Amino acid sequence: MNWIYDPWPWYVAGPLIALVMFVLLFVGKQFGMSSNLRTACAVVGAGKAADFFKFDWKAERWNLMVVLGAIIGGFIAATYMSDNTVAINPAVAQQLATDYNITSAGDSYLPPELFSTEALSNPFIILILLVGGVLVGFGARYAGGCTSGHAISGLSNLQLPSLIAVIGFFIGGLVMVHLLYPLIF
Amino acid sequence: MFKSEAASWFRIYEMFQFGSFHMYGIIGSALVLGIIGIQLIKRKNIKPINGEEMRLQPKEKGIIRYLLGGIIFGLGWALAGACPGPMYVLAGAGYVSILIVIFGAVAGTFLYGLLKDKLPH
Repeated sequence: MNWIYDPWPWYVAGPLIALVMFVLLFVGKQFGMSSNLRTACAVVGAGKAADFFKFDWKAERWNLMVVLGAIIGGFIAATYMSDNTVAINPAVAQQLATDYNITSAGDSYLPPELFSTEALSNPFIILILLVGGVLVGFGARYAGGCTSGHAISGLSNLQLPSLIAVIGFFIGGLVMVHLLYPLIF
Repeated sequence: MFKSEAASWFRIYEMFQFGSFHMYGIIGSALVLGIIGIQLIKRKNIKPINGEEMRLQPKEKGIIRYLLGGIIFGLGWALAGACPGPMYVLAGAGYVSILIVIFGAVAGTFLYGLLKDKLPH
């Protein structure tokens, strides 16, 4: 396998994620990619608006370093190690095309129908991206974590609340894809 | 994240259509190793390099907040095709429009901060 350009299989990616979790634990932190959103709010002064953001965010600045790492990683991977296409199950790709007119599966990493700069001239698309983001941010804080904090860290620590959260994630995802997409797209 | 395609909207959509083992493989294998590793850490009482305790506190008890928060998160995850980690990865990869999603995520976080005392936990 050409490990530079080919997509990495799940049995490489999964273990690497576990490794990241352990590295973070070993330096006295933990693996969670959504508390940085709370830290970001606190940094810009949200502490004045709600108690939730009144915490010692300076001690959590490492969150933002992890974010920086993710950004750099994305840059290196996309620029030097990828042809930026993603091949998915052909039946799913076909369904995306027939039901929702998204024909780019297999040609690109993100569907340009939603993410290209041309698509952004359509306010409906901007609304979709915004609402998607808001739901993720709100939901992650309400549940106290996202996929990394709950599905990876929490479940690894055999935490029942994390299992409930992950079940919630899936209910939400399935509802969106199966019930709401046909209404939205 | 990027190389495994976990940051691709298409892969998230495919996951919710149960179209491939890939995403389940990523999360599943991370989990298997995670569980084993954490059990090892606990049994051997391994400490982080700063000498304190490992950050492995149990999560606060509750059901509603995890379920409702989880569902709301899941709705967003499937719509935007990204959870927070991939959002930053995609920004680094140069997909400018993900900044809108990130902005939404920060806004959503802020909104939660404002509303949290009125929500069931």
